[in-house]
Amino acid sequence: MGIVTPGFRGRPRPSGPELPPGQYLTEDFPVLSAGPTPRVPMDRWEFVITTETSREHRWSWTDLMALPSDTPTVDIHCVTKWSKLGTTWQGVSLDTLMSDVDTAADYALVHSYGGYTTNLPLSDLLDGRAWVAYRFDGDDLHPEHGGPARLLVPHLYFWKSAKWVRGIQLRFDDEPGFWESAGYHDYGDPWREQRYQGD
Amino acid sequence: MPEQLDLGPHLDGNALAGPLREIFAVDVTAATSRCAACGQAGALAGLHVYASAPGMVARCPSCEEVVLRMVRTPDAAWLDLRGAVALRIPM
Ligand SMILES: [Zn+2]
Repeated sequence: MGIVTPGFRGRPRPSGPELPPGQYLTEDFPVLSAGPTPRVPMDRWEFVITTETSREHRWSWTDLMALPSDTPTVDIHCVTKWSKLGTTWQGVSLDTLMSDVDTAADYALVHSYGGYTTNLPLSDLLDGRAWVAYRFDGDDLHPEHGGPARLLVPHLYFWKSAKWVRGIQLRFDDEPGFWESAGYHDYGDPWREQRYQGD
Repeated sequence: MPEQLDLGPHLDGNALAGPLREIFAVDVTAATSRCAACGQAGALAGLHVYASAPGMVARCPSCEEVVLRMVRTPDAAWLDLRGAVALRIPM
């Protein structure tokens, strides 16, 4: 996963072993939306990590742009069954954002502008596996794909990669988010096909 | 809501008719719901429905908060009505 085979991009191919079970390959980038697209003025945009002791760590857009960024190339898998391989992003690693955050929490509840939430274990946000991404395919991230910035956690189903991310609340308990409280899986590993509660 | 909104692609509440008929024997889109966030009451058919998503999300046309969410899994339907104070279903 996350490894691009040179030369195959753009060439139609049937589902192969690089796709998780039940997924099909798509070349375009479907837009999924559970509500209106929030437009946040950049001078008011902020990203906030809140610890279990209510300590807040804040970044303005200028702060975020000043941090070192990564350019990951990753495969993404939507629970509605499309997968897109070899997508290229730019963003700040959660390892960077968490480096000064003192926490004993095990779980994270991600919050978005517009009210969306999603939950996952904090460890899945660390070790180079998650980013606050603000560029896709060489361009600024379009609002319909979650711009100005979205979470990118490509090893889990893409509903965990919250669009329009505004913050992360660190918690001792695994509070179900927007889809997780309505039947979707709390973890959502595409390789184990964890789509729904009980999978 | 503090942010400026671009409503984006959505349907009206009549899109709920088929999926809800699976659960309720009557056509629930004629029912009246009251939004738990702003108190606005209106027919389910008047909600803004976002269906290009892992489930269906019906939002209040007045404040855009979620009134109803529905997820269909292979063996169950999940209906989350926490955004509605009540449904009045004509009988
Ligand atoms: Zn309302």
